[in-house]
Amino acid sequence: MTDISRRKLITTGLAAAAGVSGLGVAAHLAKKYGLVPPDHGGLYGLGETLTYATQRLLTRHSLAREFSRSQISERPLPNEIAPLSDTFKRLQARNFADWRLTVDGMVDRPTAFSIDQLKSYPSRSQITELACEEGWSYVAEWNGVPLSHVLDLVGAHPQATHVVYFSIEPDWWESLDMADAMHPQTFLTYGMNGNDLPVGNGGPVRIRVPRQLGYKNVKFITHLTVTNDLKKFGKGLGSASPEGGYAWYAGI
Amino acid sequence: MSTLESAQVPLADPVPSPAPAVPVTTARITPRHSALVRITHWITTLCFLALLITGGEIIVSHPRFYWGETGTILTKPLFRIPIPSSRSLVPTGYGYVLPDQNGWSRALHFQSAWIAVLTGLLYGIYGVFSGHFRRDLLPRKTDLSWRSFSAALRHHMLFKRPDEAEAWSYNLPQRLTYLFVIFVLFPLVIWTGLAMSPGFVSAFPMTVILLGGRQTARTLHFFISIALLLFLFLHVGMVCFAGFRSRMRAMITGQLSPSTEGQ
Repeated sequence: MTDISRRKLITTGLAAAAGVSGLGVAAHLAKKYGLVPPDHGGLYGLGETLTYATQRLLTRHSLAREFSRSQISERPLPNEIAPLSDTFKRLQARNFADWRLTVDGMVDRPTAFSIDQLKSYPSRSQITELACEEGWSYVAEWNGVPLSHVLDLVGAHPQATHVVYFSIEPDWWESLDMADAMHPQTFLTYGMNGNDLPVGNGGPVRIRVPRQLGYKNVKFITHLTVTNDLKKFGKGLGSASPEGGYAWYAGI
Repeated sequence: MSTLESAQVPLADPVPSPAPAVPVTTARITPRHSALVRITHWITTLCFLALLITGGEIIVSHPRFYWGETGTILTKPLFRIPIPSSRSLVPTGYGYVLPDQNGWSRALHFQSAWIAVLTGLLYGIYGVFSGHFRRDLLPRKTDLSWRSFSAALRHHMLFKRPDEAEAWSYNLPQRLTYLFVIFVLFPLVIWTGLAMSPGFVSAFPMTVILLGGRQTARTLHFFISIALLLFLFLHVGMVCFAGFRSRMRAMITGQLSPSTEGQ
């Protein structure tokens, strides 16, 4: 018994100690380099953290696939939304002329943009796929202004870590880390397939994040806040999705 | 512990057994399955069941399948599963909508996938370096003749129960089935799963382009999962047929028969 098992005991002990301290170092580094999602706690925190950390390391600069014009879906699905509020209908009646997108938080110049103002900035388009967590997907051409352009205009602070965005519909808000917020394909979208973005697809203005699933692409955006502390918003899990049981990071 | 350590070579019982009817093979002390194989087997089992249940739950939110890049309720499906849905927009023919279970289902699906993949990596590295794949799963030279193959197949088709000696290793159909599951179905189900991740395919677009599109990946993921489910039925069926208690004991304690337990 003695020799072998003593040696085995010592090796196992050392391996366990190395494993535990290795995990500690990994956790510290992950936190330092922004690889821990705001919803890392709880039963499924392990999976969420592994996915977010891995994808953040792999995809900081990668581009979502773009398609040819011939691959654009004939009928872009206007999917399920709760009945629109009276406020929305009033704005819609005046063709969204009074719609304002307020940008505040850690910025030098808090600003409220009209749709026309957004349209006056250099416009970009992308033919990308919108994929829903349910399983369906369609390809459309999305026209808009890169979110990074708007963040530069308002002078977002370099210490900012996240951009939180809110729909005009209550309890519908999400957030992105700066890698996604500054990503060249992240748009404030106001057009689809060359026309105004239909209300059913999120018009007058929708966030487009093609490297994440549909539910991060919030419709009817009225408010952006630049922050370095997601804990201040809602239950502190980063967005409304984790409060409803869905992952904050939807790159999978 | 010490007996396991020193029993690298299978030993017959050194003391003459009081019950000579017990075949020598059952007195071996080397486990039928190594500890690592047993542990990874049961972790994989738990993950697979979780993936199966949550995968089914996710399908409920859109029980329609397509081929190619895109597909929505506005396009014609390749086929649909005639079940009610947890989304009111999906035309199912049922007059009711099931409660949404996608949040926890997706979270558990991906967490189980992570654990299964990491467990599989550990098993794969062990399988290569311990000789487990070569010794236990690759067909033996003697297996590769047509005669022994047809004999093994006939044996299977006639539903002959394996004898004691056979219980210590896999026959050819078993070896081929396990190799197919481990090196074909598991990699394919991981590949088609990753091909549905918009983040992953932005870094590795070929994962989905080679398959022919996101919806094709989803449909294939479903078919491969069905194949894995069929393997599960076959596997559990064969375990019951060969002797549920002894095979379960072998995969839990490593011992095939109770007479060797506690040695």
